Amino acid sequence: MTLAPNPLAAPAATLAATPRPTMIEFRDVHKYYGDYHALRGITATIRAGEFFSLLGPSGCGKTTLLRTIAGFEGISSGAVLIDGKDMQGVPANVRPTNMVFQSYAIFPHLTVAQNVGFGLRREGGTAAEKARRVDEALEMVGLKGYGARAAHALSGGQRQRVALARALILKPKVLLLDEPLSALDKKMREQMQVELIRLQRQVGITFILVTHDQEEALVMSDRIAVMFEGQIAQLADPEMLYRRPATRQVADFIGVMNFLPATVTSEAAGRIAIDVQGLGPCEIDAGQAPGALTGGAAEVGFRPETLTILYDGQTATDRETPGTIEEVVYYGDMTYYDVKLDGVDRPVRISMRNVFGRPVLDIRTRTRVAWSPGALVLFR
Amino acid sequence: MTDGRGLRLYAILYLVFLYAPILLLPVFALNDATIVAFPLSGFTTKWFGQLAQLPTLFDALRNSLIIAVSSSILATTLGLFAARASSRYDFAGKGPIMGLIMLPLVLPEIIVAMSLLMVLLGMGLNLAVWSVILGHTLICMPFAIAILSAAFQSLDRSLEEAAYDLGESRWSTFRLITLPLVMPGIVSALLISFTISMDEFIIAFFLAGAEPTLPVYIYSQLRFPKQIPSILALGTILVAVSVVLLTIAEYFRRRGIAKVGGKDTGGFL
Repeated sequence: MTLAPNPLAAPAATLAATPRPTMIEFRDVHKYYGDYHALRGITATIRAGEFFSLLGPSGCGKTTLLRTIAGFEGISSGAVLIDGKDMQGVPANVRPTNMVFQSYAIFPHLTVAQNVGFGLRREGGTAAEKARRVDEALEMVGLKGYGARAAHALSGGQRQRVALARALILKPKVLLLDEPLSALDKKMREQMQVELIRLQRQVGITFILVTHDQEEALVMSDRIAVMFEGQIAQLADPEMLYRRPATRQVADFIGVMNFLPATVTSEAAGRIAIDVQGLGPCEIDAGQAPGALTGGAAEVGFRPETLTILYDGQTATDRETPGTIEEVVYYGDMTYYDVKLDGVDRPVRISMRNVFGRPVLDIRTRTRVAWSPGALVLFR
Repeated sequence: MTDGRGLRLYAILYLVFLYAPILLLPVFALNDATIVAFPLSGFTTKWFGQLAQLPTLFDALRNSLIIAVSSSILATTLGLFAARASSRYDFAGKGPIMGLIMLPLVLPEIIVAMSLLMVLLGMGLNLAVWSVILGHTLICMPFAIAILSAAFQSLDRSLEEAAYDLGESRWSTFRLITLPLVMPGIVSALLISFTISMDEFIIAFFLAGAEPTLPVYIYSQLRFPKQIPSILALGTILVAVSVVLLTIAEYFRRRGIAKVGGKDTGGFL
């Protein structure tokens, strides 16, 4: 613990008992670039001490939204509040936020220590005191002893750490991260993901991450806002987002989702009766159907791992449907099967873990697929 | 590879054509004869010595230095604003405005000189050193902007945002981050503008009035055959100084690019 101890970095058990206060609030935020409507009515709250992600494809407005918090972008209407204060007219250099840029923006003409201590220039305190804080910040990001090095001679991962130390040394209320891991290779990225989570727990500062990588968002975040075309399509925790996506678009963007046409036959007392192509009639809980339903044509979605291919002698605990294996993709630990269920015109993807003793099946094998209505999500 | 050999020969002949006349300058400046012709008659440095006895030469040199220093500072300062504006902001009419500023690069100098002369005389102003400074600033600006634009473009915009985000003001961000990182470009623009102004003839000839610059003085002395070897000696010194200045300018430009980790995308040398 090298930065200021934060009461919000308390154990999860106490946090669950007392809801975290709001740190950022968006109130119907709109942003126009000329005729282009970049942000279309963003209303959301981000809680203090939370690791929050803005996830979406490029051009969805996630970076623009992040920059409205930092103060680099003005807004056309609505309000952005940080810790209860309206940020209208408050310039970026006095907002209680600091940013880690996509390019890291390390000042190339300064040393590592000068970079990290840049924000302290305007603060009071002796030179020795400032040097101590720089050392602490460097130690926190694992760059102890790097202070005297020239910044332009660092590797990508080291620049990333310098950028983090430089932003955190001012103890901001909110740390903004604009696609900070996109320039790193896969291994380095995974390592930094874990380190960022650790760092966030350690300092307890609200982290807001912008990313287009759904896996990264799922791994790191407490909550995620999925954005499309300037709007938040869903704001939920990773598990909810994955298991109960609010729209077909969200379902499609996060992981792999199979879709089959379905008809709603009746709706009563929190239960919905549907007839799914290939799977047949079944009943689901109203919670599995986001959005208002009017009956008639709809679609069900289900994840590849919610289906199981039954081997000879195995029986389904819930429901089963016959089909033919059309494609086999072997991944080492997993095998993906594309199975054409009887009565369905396109194959569904099923993932099976390659546990010891379970053979990989051949293409064109007739098989039975076990599934459960509880794993379905219904979209209008 | 006969094709390659033909092209190499062409390239060599081309370079000889370009630089042989300039190489003759020091040869005849050190030759002990008033007539510029082969065969050489002997080695001497007396023409360099004679330069010191020409009082009007020093007046011309002083004029040239005043003009070159002033117009290079003016062109670089104005170029700094224009280059930053064009590389950082999008505004209405940016294309045409930048095009007009860069136009003197391709406009015949004699046209620029004549129109300036007509306007200045029409306004009833006296021609002097200041009018040449005006003209030289005009023709140096495109070069300064070209160099400074490259310097700004290779500068990551988020560097300025990062400094601002860390609590600096707009001005201190410019002073602490932008200026040091484009400084090599500024030095390079100053030196190139200085060199262009020192060598420029047409505008100086039209606008200098009774205060000639060095090139104008050299031209006027060519009428006297006796003076020619001295002028060649002067020319030798000017060529040497120009080469040194341009080399320093290029050194700073490249160092600037290396410093911000950018890629070299041209330049004048």
